[in-house]
Amino acid sequence: MNMADFFSMGGRGFYVWSSFGAVALALVIEMMLVKKRGSAAAQLKKTVAETQQ
Amino acid sequence: MNLYKYASPATFYPLAGKLIPWFAALAVVFGLIGLYLGLIVAPEDAQQGQVYRIIFIHVPTAWVGMVVYLVMAAYGVAALTLKTRLSSMMMEALAPTGALFTALALLTGALWGKPTWGTYWIWDARMTSTLILLFLYVGYIALIHAIEDKKRADKAGALLVIVGSVNVPIIYFSVRWWNTLHQGASVSVTGSKMAAVMAQGMLVMALACWMYAIAVVLVRVRAIILERQYKGANDMVGLSMGARGMAGTEMTGTEMMGTK
Repeated sequence: MNMADFFSMGGRGFYVWSSFGAVALALVIEMMLVKKRGSAAAQLKKTVAETQQ
Repeated sequence: MNLYKYASPATFYPLAGKLIPWFAALAVVFGLIGLYLGLIVAPEDAQQGQVYRIIFIHVPTAWVGMVVYLVMAAYGVAALTLKTRLSSMMMEALAPTGALFTALALLTGALWGKPTWGTYWIWDARMTSTLILLFLYVGYIALIHAIEDKKRADKAGALLVIVGSVNVPIIYFSVRWWNTLHQGASVSVTGSKMAAVMAQGMLVMALACWMYAIAVVLVRVRAIILERQYKGANDMVGLSMGARGMAGTEMTGTEMMGTK
C-alpha cells in the first residue's frame, strides 16, 4: 500500500480519518482540561496552607 | 494487604500519583502498536473495504464508555453501603471520561454508519440505548453539581448511577434481543468472528483506551481529593477574614452564618 492509497482509504478517507482525528482531538482536550484542574487544585492547597500560617 | 487502607483519600492520593506515569506510558505503547496493527497490518475487509478500520477506534471507545459506567455503579454501591469517601470521589472522576468515550463511540459510529448504511443516525436499539447511556452520564454530572450539600449530592448521584446501570446489559444484548441495523458482536467471551490480526488490533486499541482512561481518571481524582479537602477550608478562611474585616461592627462569625 503506498501513501496515497493509505490516506484515501479506498475513497472513504473522510470517514476513517475523521473518526480517528475526532478521538485524538477529544483526548488531547481532555488531557489539557484535567491538567488544568490538577494545577488549580494544587494552587488551592497552597493558598489555604499560606493563609493558615 | 489491607485494601481498606487504599480506600482512604489520604493514602490513595500518593499511590495514584505514582501510578499515573505508568498508565500513561502503557497507553502510548498500546496506542502505537494498536494503530500499527489496525491501520497498516490488518488487511482490507472483504465486504466493507477500508472503511471498516473505524472498528479499531469505535469498539474500544464503546467498551470504555460502557465499562466505566459499571465501575461507577460498583463505586456507587460502595459509597452507599460502606460509606467510603473515596468511592464518591472516584465516581465524580470517572463520569466525564465515561461520557466522553460514549460520545466518541456515537460519533465514530455515525461516521461508520454513513458510508455503510447510508445514514449517520437511526433510532436502532443499540444506538438509542447508547445515547441513553450518554444522558445518564450527563444527568449524573448535572445532579451532583446541582445539589449544594456534597454528602446529599453524592448519595443522589450514586442512586442515579446504580438505577441507570440496568441500561448497560440492554446496550450489550440489544443486537441479540432486537432486530437491529447495528451488526452483532464480532468478539465475545466464547470467541471471535474476525480474522486474528483484526481482533488483536481491536484488543490492543482497547487496552490503549483503558490505560488512557485510568491515567486521566487518576489525575482527576487527585484534583477532586484536594478540591474537597481545601475548598471548605478556603471558604472558611474567606469567611473568617470577612468577619475580621467587620470587627468594627462587632459581628462574629456565627452571627454572619445566621446561627445566632
